[in-house]
Amino acid sequence: MDNIVGGKSSLTWAVNLAAAFLVLLWTIPTFGLLVSSFREKDQIISSGWWQSMFPQEAAVQVRGAAPDTAVQEGALFVITGNAFEEGQAGTISAFGVTSREPAAVVAGETATTPEGYRITVNADGTYRIESDVPFEGTRGERFFVTTTQPPSFTTENYGTVLTGEGLARGFFNTMTVSIPATIIPILIAAFAAYALAWMEFPGRALLLACVVGMLVVPLQLALIPLLQLHLWAGIGKSYLGVWLAHSAFGLPLAIYLLRNYMAGLPREIIESARVDGATDFQIFLKIILPLSFPALASFAIFQFLWTWNDLLVALVFLGATQDQLVMTGQLKELMGSRGGDWELLATSAFISIAVPLVVFFAMQKYLVRGLLSGSVK
Amino acid sequence: MDQLFSAVMTIGIGVGGCLTYFFLSNLLLDRIYPATGANISFNINRANAIRPWLFMFPAIILLAIYLVYPLFWSIYLSFMDAAGEKFVGGANYSWMLADAKFQESMRNNVLWLIVVPAFSTAFGLIAAAVTDRIKWGNLAKAMIFMPMAISFVGASVIWKFVYDFRPEGTAQIGLLNAIYEYFGGVPQTWLTSEIVNSFLLMVVLIWIQTGFAMVILSGALRGIPEETVEAAILDGASPLQIFFKIKVPQIWGTIIVVWTTITITVLKVFDIVLTMTNGQWGTQVLGNYMFDWLVRGQDSGRASAIAIVIMLLVLPIMIWNIRNARKEMR
Repeated sequence: MDNIVGGKSSLTWAVNLAAAFLVLLWTIPTFGLLVSSFREKDQIISSGWWQSMFPQEAAVQVRGAAPDTAVQEGALFVITGNAFEEGQAGTISAFGVTSREPAAVVAGETATTPEGYRITVNADGTYRIESDVPFEGTRGERFFVTTTQPPSFTTENYGTVLTGEGLARGFFNTMTVSIPATIIPILIAAFAAYALAWMEFPGRALLLACVVGMLVVPLQLALIPLLQLHLWAGIGKSYLGVWLAHSAFGLPLAIYLLRNYMAGLPREIIESARVDGATDFQIFLKIILPLSFPALASFAIFQFLWTWNDLLVALVFLGATQDQLVMTGQLKELMGSRGGDWELLATSAFISIAVPLVVFFAMQKYLVRGLLSGSVK
Repeated sequence: MDQLFSAVMTIGIGVGGCLTYFFLSNLLLDRIYPATGANISFNINRANAIRPWLFMFPAIILLAIYLVYPLFWSIYLSFMDAAGEKFVGGANYSWMLADAKFQESMRNNVLWLIVVPAFSTAFGLIAAAVTDRIKWGNLAKAMIFMPMAISFVGASVIWKFVYDFRPEGTAQIGLLNAIYEYFGGVPQTWLTSEIVNSFLLMVVLIWIQTGFAMVILSGALRGIPEETVEAAILDGASPLQIFFKIKVPQIWGTIIVVWTTITITVLKVFDIVLTMTNGQWGTQVLGNYMFDWLVRGQDSGRASAIAIVIMLLVLPIMIWNIRNARKEMR
């Protein structure tokens, strides 16, 4: 449209900038947690994730090798070693011998400790402590270094979380809840939607109104009565109860979406099939169901995302034992009990949102279509 | 593995059972009223009158047990005592009106109701208008839409990290405090400072719901007839005028639909509050308060009464939706 008016390049710029700003604002929080899930525990709490992409400076205390490792070189007693632990990389810019001045001396030069030892720390981490008299005591000499470490990332957190905290179990539990709860309501809803779309019977309008009304009934209302019902019926807190609850709670949306879609299918197809002697059952299975695939897919995505991400229904209708706790429940527990362990939280959160994200990006087309048909009419 | 096996079995039994039911019941109907013989027209009419109910039977049963019955049973329970055994009249409701925590929840819910739908819809409208005009619009849309796929709990973890607090003098790892400190502020424990914390929780929901608003409003913006926009351009309207005076009025209906849909979500908000503050420091909302009385308080009477309040708040929107739907069907 812009070209009609002519060159509006400043407007185009503004629009691009605004979009970029919005996208940044919307992705940065997630990105921050994603980056953090690949950082080591100590790093997460010592610097912001946005600094992790750059080399980092840190002041650390080092304890030199024990006095009994000293070797005699002529009249000198010498201890050598490396300030970096094995596998650690980085450079040292400065060091010091007291905690008050941890960066008093430039790397490569020599300082004297209160005890009279001469200490040299090089940029590559190697150090040399010299003394004219034999070293005393059993503990190594303490000194301080300012290191610059290159950005480092690790997948260790994922290993820890997947093997340790029972999250793998939670993953299976979530899958156990959400797959049947997605598939079962589809068929039930599809039959009902067909009846509401293509069969004439008294009370049809009233039933449709009920379905529209039930779309918005708050879940909270159903919790207590259903919990009592499940206990009374012997279902108790079990997967069967969650499947039934999720299926029923998903039905209004399923019926509504599918009916809208089916009602839009061309009348001629159905009528010519009727003339050819097809029964309603055959029409439904062989014509309507395959044609409604887009609507079925969009409902399936909604229901899958909703059941996978749900916390409330799982908390109420499933027990809190390890073999029944879903991933959202575990995340909630983690936030309560280990709220400061960001490496565990970040990693667990990302494992739990990975599947819905994949589904989302793979099936976005159907999701958007479902949203549009549900709301814009 | 056992568990996954039982899940697969359930799918099999569920789907197979449904198909068998539909097949057999239809077969039975055709046997009882065959479309042949002496009273063929009577039979066909009879079968056609019964068949819709066969198709709808499983859905109706499930909906009746899981959505209609709980509505009435909740009303009943809200007049009973904690164990649901003794009739206590309006005691639960009068307790509720006097309860400070309930008043706080109501106040917060009202705040949520005003802030979240307004900002989500506004951001959604801006995002829709902006992304429709750029080359990488689809990518931008996907990024803004993405939080929709993230669970409320996952979103809470993401944002709790943004709000994280470290004492002054140490490195801030929460983005909010880092920015606040950069501009000269003293790091705050955001989630415990009243009023501010409620708004920070709302940010999470706005972040999630904006994508939804954007997708629907973008669909509506594209549906606007081009002629109206072209006419405005010829008349010399500026892009902003076109947007606010030509486009927005034409999608007003959709904006209201988006607004009410988000309102419903807000009324039911629960996970975010539970996981981020658990209703402490003045952040309680009805959804979480109800859950609190259900699980921690073990009081089905009071919990039901709170649930009824949520239902009453939803009711106007429900009636409005039904009226709109009926208008469309005609």
